[in-house]
Amino acid sequence: MSIWLNSDSKILVQGMTGSEGTKHTRRMVASGAKVVAGVTPGKAGQEVDGIPVYNNVADAMAATGANVSVVFVPPKFAKAAVEEAVDAKIPLCVVITEGIPVHDTAQFFQYAVNAGTTRIIGPNCPGIISPGQSNAGIIPADITQPGRIGLVSKSGTLTYQMMYELRDFGFSTCVGIGGDPIIGTTHIDALEAFQNDPDTDAIVMIGEIGGDAEERAAAFIKEHVTKPVVGYVAGFTAPEGKTMGHAGAIVSGSSGTAAAKQEALEAAGVKVGRTPSATAALMREILS
Amino acid sequence: MDLYEYQAKQLFGKHQLPITSGDVCETVDQAVAMAESIGGPVVVKAQVKTGGRGKAGGVKLAKNSEETREVATAILGMDIKGHMVHKVLVADAADIAEEYYVSFLLDRANRCFLAMASVEGGVEIEEVAVNNPDALAKIRVDALEGVGSEKAREIVEAAKFPEAIRAQVADILVTLWEITVREDATLVEVNPLVLTPTGEVLALDGKVTIDDNAAFRQPGHAEFADSAIDPIEARAKSLHLNYVKLDGDVGIVGNGAGLVMSTLDVVAYAGEEFGGIKPANFLDIGGGASAEVMANGLDIVLNDPDVQAVFVNIFGGITACDAVANGILQAIEQLGDSVTKPIVCRIDGNNAPEGRKILQDSNHELIELVDTMDAAARKVAELAAARKGAK
Repeated sequence: MSIWLNSDSKILVQGMTGSEGTKHTRRMVASGAKVVAGVTPGKAGQEVDGIPVYNNVADAMAATGANVSVVFVPPKFAKAAVEEAVDAKIPLCVVITEGIPVHDTAQFFQYAVNAGTTRIIGPNCPGIISPGQSNAGIIPADITQPGRIGLVSKSGTLTYQMMYELRDFGFSTCVGIGGDPIIGTTHIDALEAFQNDPDTDAIVMIGEIGGDAEERAAAFIKEHVTKPVVGYVAGFTAPEGKTMGHAGAIVSGSSGTAAAKQEALEAAGVKVGRTPSATAALMREILS
Repeated sequence: MDLYEYQAKQLFGKHQLPITSGDVCETVDQAVAMAESIGGPVVVKAQVKTGGRGKAGGVKLAKNSEETREVATAILGMDIKGHMVHKVLVADAADIAEEYYVSFLLDRANRCFLAMASVEGGVEIEEVAVNNPDALAKIRVDALEGVGSEKAREIVEAAKFPEAIRAQVADILVTLWEITVREDATLVEVNPLVLTPTGEVLALDGKVTIDDNAAFRQPGHAEFADSAIDPIEARAKSLHLNYVKLDGDVGIVGNGAGLVMSTLDVVAYAGEEFGGIKPANFLDIGGGASAEVMANGLDIVLNDPDVQAVFVNIFGGITACDAVANGILQAIEQLGDSVTKPIVCRIDGNNAPEGRKILQDSNHELIELVDTMDAAARKVAELAAARKGAK
């Protein structure tokens, strides 16, 4: 098993006819994911590598049985694309697009909450992969293999780094939840799902400066997670008031610091590594 | 992007929120002329993007033009917590009967917006939140429903504004929410919102943070960009690179925000052993960076006079490591003999063996290939320390 994405997942790609959409559709297909449809308004009837394109998500779902959407549409149109996916009641919508105005994200997130039918992952995320089963997004499939570790991370390349560090153990599912101030799926959502997944034995959680998601995740772990969790937090040396790449990664005053996050995680019994390799070493100790 | 107070008040004025009259001035003479055109007492306020300017002497009252000249002379050029004062806001010194606080901000934890309001304004609101939490009303704002007159009334009542001005403050809240949405702001704060003895409610100060992601639909926001930006940051921005100048000695180039943040940490840890060597910058060339982007990034970092050695830390996910390696060589070729700083490279992931081979085969004396991130950080800290010590 895995969380949220498995070998039965049928993926549609919103924005498949764009250059990024086409490129990553090919990568997903090459990694064995079942990509069954593309969606681009006004382009119904076209194909990308034999995959049919539809005008909207509802048509694509009706024709192909797709149950996961991956969104590559540009920031300007992302809100409309996600709301369309929610209207079509797709269970999972993975928003890769970077640079969406946060007012738009706040609105489409609330829209999805009100509808109650769609989990959103992202935006500004690398997506989700269940190695050997399916791959929805841009996470490279050849870094790691199927295994029993669950990984949740705000950062794309740190996700890859950790998948690589622990490639001999392998992963059940790796979720990149994204670095924006508002995201559809949080560390807590992923922790809860991994806790309930019989095929996940241990969890790696990667955070970064900004906000208090890691602190809240720590509180959740203390109460609800019995599987071992190791953590890593990036940005110990980040100065106050400077945004570090992700729109959400900023230390403001005394809040959002890496030290505070580490402290909260350790207080919840999570072993926290000083570097990605040290974190991987902690996981090795637990699993061997 | 955080706006200066005068920019925030310009936005308020644009949306017809009642504000005190006045404008920004860059010279003492302008300040005096502004005070004369306002007539009567004015307040001269340093324009800096940091708190505590009042305590630092950056906000002064002036009764007449002579005093305006005096205080403007003192404030312009002042250093407030490392921020040089280049501009002052000269505004009508409104008579104040009461001071309040109102704001809308993005609530990351609850993934919505939040309205905050208090009748105890004019002080640091964080202090009110800690010392007298009951005096600070916090009301959730649904991103889809927004703030209409009914929601505004709810906020005003929760904050216990005096009956006589509730309608006025509610109108102000509706306008402030309009500003929040129409200007793509993640924070709009008025502290203090004042009541004058004649019963007017005015915004005396303003703090606004706008969302840079909305630049495509907010063409007017381009003029708010800081001209006082670091020259290297300005150049990086023109090349569409995600760069932040820091105050250390090791130039950092990496792909992906999280990995670069992590690289800064690893270099700082390693640098502790070498007399406090630290990263000189944050530079994320992005997940799918091409050879050209790599070359631009390296160019920026190598040209920073503070940089003693460079650490290129790449995990090729979408980016292929051979493209990265070619980008490194391309940059070195373009820059020619001006490249004298050692470049420590760690590349892993997609096409890593090919990438490493390209670098090895180049036999370039400045390039050093190291296997792991931790070992590479140590190496670059050591090289930077040696070069720094030699100077």
